[in-house]
Amino acid sequence: MEITLQVNGKARTVDVDPRISLLDLLRERLGLIGAKKGCDHGQCGACTVLLDGRRALSCLALAVAVEGRAVTTVEGLASGDDLHPLQAAFIEHDAFQCGYCTPGQLCSAAGMLDEPGPSAVTEDLRTDPGLTPDEIRERMSGNLCRCGAYVNIVSAISEVAR
Amino acid sequence: MNRIEGRVKVTGLATYAAEYPVEGLVHAFPVQSQIAKGRIRQVDAAQALAMPGVLAVLSSEDPPELAAAASGELALFQSREVAYRGQLVAAVVADTLDNARAAAAAVRVGYDPDDHDVSLRADHPGLYKPDTVNPGLPTDTEKGDVEAGLAAAATVVEVTYATPVLHNNPMEPHAAIACWDDEGRLLVYDTAQGTTWSRDILARVLGLPADRVRVVSRHVGGGFGSKGTPRPQAVLAALAARAVGRPVKAVLTRQQMFDVTGYRTPTIQRLRLGADAEGRLTALEHVAYEQSSTLEEFAEQTATPTRIMYATPALRTAHRLVRLDVATPSWMRAPGEAPGMYALESAMDELAYAAGMDPIELRVVNEPDTEPHSGLPYSSRDLVGCLREGARRFEWERRDPAPGVRRDGEWLVGTGVAASTYPARRRPSRARAVRREDGDYLVQVAAADIGTGARTALTTIAAGALGVDPDQVHVELGDSDLPAAPVAGGSMGTASWGSAVVRACEELKSDGREGVADTTEEIEGDAQFARHAFGAQFAEVRVSSVTGEVRVSRLLGVFAAGHIIDPQLARSQFIGGMTMGMGMALMEETLTDEEFGGFLRRDLAQYHVPACADVRDVEAVWLDERDVELNPMGSKGIGEIGIVGTAAAIGNAVFHATGHRLRELPITPAKILMSRF
Ligand code: FES
Ligand code: FES
Repeated sequence: MEITLQVNGKARTVDVDPRISLLDLLRERLGLIGAKKGCDHGQCGACTVLLDGRRALSCLALAVAVEGRAVTTVEGLASGDDLHPLQAAFIEHDAFQCGYCTPGQLCSAAGMLDEPGPSAVTEDLRTDPGLTPDEIRERMSGNLCRCGAYVNIVSAISEVAR
Repeated sequence: MNRIEGRVKVTGLATYAAEYPVEGLVHAFPVQSQIAKGRIRQVDAAQALAMPGVLAVLSSEDPPELAAAASGELALFQSREVAYRGQLVAAVVADTLDNARAAAAAVRVGYDPDDHDVSLRADHPGLYKPDTVNPGLPTDTEKGDVEAGLAAAATVVEVTYATPVLHNNPMEPHAAIACWDDEGRLLVYDTAQGTTWSRDILARVLGLPADRVRVVSRHVGGGFGSKGTPRPQAVLAALAARAVGRPVKAVLTRQQMFDVTGYRTPTIQRLRLGADAEGRLTALEHVAYEQSSTLEEFAEQTATPTRIMYATPALRTAHRLVRLDVATPSWMRAPGEAPGMYALESAMDELAYAAGMDPIELRVVNEPDTEPHSGLPYSSRDLVGCLREGARRFEWERRDPAPGVRRDGEWLVGTGVAASTYPARRRPSRARAVRREDGDYLVQVAAADIGTGARTALTTIAAGALGVDPDQVHVELGDSDLPAAPVAGGSMGTASWGSAVVRACEELKSDGREGVADTTEEIEGDAQFARHAFGAQFAEVRVSSVTGEVRVSRLLGVFAAGHIIDPQLARSQFIGGMTMGMGMALMEETLTDEEFGGFLRRDLAQYHVPACADVRDVEAVWLDERDVELNPMGSKGIGEIGIVGTAAAIGNAVFHATGHRLRELPITPAKILMSRF
């Protein structure tokens, strides 16, 4: 069936198998390999994209179910040659090694910066905790990094969140 | 210098194996054995073949042709015997991934099952002594009289430690795209830690001359050993592509990775230590019991670090292996050292308590002059320096050794220390360096960047050797058409490739145009030394007295690993290894299904690896060493030492916090709470 999505600001119309996930659509059909498949089961965060500006796991979304919505992948974070501040900070802080979890970390972090409200580690629910390292660690725990770059990921995000 | 490939990695442009845009690509999806042992009666593909988009079904009904040399895990669909549950027994090739996956579920495989045995036990009747242990080390060593040493000891510790099945779980699943050209040449984009070796093995399995196979792996999403040799997906893609006459992509699912891409063998380790009144070892014995499959022998070198750590007049190490109806274990970050040093360094902590000594002082008094089992001099060894520097940073002198006495609300607090070590080896490699027309330099070597930063490190090395700015140096790697090079494994990559790059650059400098190097002779001429990196790991833990949860509030690693070529890359490698070590200590464990065979917990929701919130204060520092006996850079490998000793340091800290010694990894809340009952 034919669906249309806004992908990184452009309307894309594709004829899809109703079984295809948004992740496979991006990777296999649209050539957007920045969205990574680490588990295909919502367990690792490698496939994180922004869906209408909020972070979402593209392996858990059927393409047909996101018809008409706006998808931002890591390829869409930078403006032209200017890296997104998170991308620049990840390079500066060496916040990745193999780089396979990195697009998901970046999309997840970009979404997180705009998420208000407390988290499971917020001490006082009546105040805005701000993105302290503890809050970042908690909010970024859906994105696994087997290379163990967490320490640098947290410092990179902290720099941008400041 | 920041990572050279940093920009392509953060913008999503770095191309990993499954991501090459290849015209006319179709997909293969495997079918796995449902039994642990027996024979395949028949593979009924009729229903699958009738499904949309299906091009072919491969199985042992009509075995695809492989070379007679193909064996073990890579001899796909050649035999009707099933060696373990999860083994690949068939595969569907179809136009899309969704069609291939759906049809794979419709392939009916009938079996004649036999009774299976998947349980490792230290008294298993099938235990035997392998000829060697990985990577070709002696299986057993014996020096002096262990029984006499124990009899004469003032303090004796006899303990058994156990470690579970562990899975590498790189974030990038194993994947391959295979394309045959009109002349029968094969190109494989593979997830390979080394393209030269990968090409050679694939050529042998497929019965092709090596020059008709090319393997390309420009970016690899982690491997930690599991991509060190070709895995079944590469052979599957090649066979499927030949069968359907089109390029084929085969990507393993996370669940399939648990079954067919290797894992760390479970171990049972018996240690006996004796010490005199001053804490000096009178005897040290380390025996490891491990498993392999019926397909291939892989014997992890678990007891080998004990051969090189401490001075003792009596030293015995041994390995015993049993072949079970399981998948073949393989390399996982620091094979041997990671599980072996967990046991040895935990036992040393027990000895320190039994002898009433500080655990750092115990290690210092047992510092050897020469390598204990061989008598060779060390090219350099600064374990004591690492322990002292870590003690200073951790304010060790203020530590009260009494276990189970520090409380902060519900939390029990403790600290622990363990030593760390990893061999510093190098292998022969080739490299080529040329001056380009534009005046810049091109350096070529079939190295692999699996996240270590090899491109960046080799650029630094080449720029240093040429005496030019790193901006002028361009390193090409990850392609078997480049000068042959060993794998990114055994912490040997940078030392091996870097040696060849330096020699090629030296030749280029004198020649002005081109330099080619092959370090085979140079390495054969290396003097006899014991070459190892050393380190000290310190951990502070908080253990909840209510839930049994263990939080690692601080990890510090101090390493003496030769000259550090790139501090930023090195720090990332060390803390990455330490983070994986924390996983080994507290959460990582694959269960074996005794009833049906195969593994349980075959995904990332059940096999827990450290997440961001688990990792708080992890710090790595190093003592720069000058060691001229290593290689032109004076470097020791750093990819693996970070995981070595971490689990012991954390386990020792848990003992210090709670007063309970847990001898089976991982240290889960359930085990903490059980020790109270
Ligand atoms: S691939 Fe989507 S969460 Fe892992
Ligand atoms: S950088 Fe390799 S998994 Fe995160």
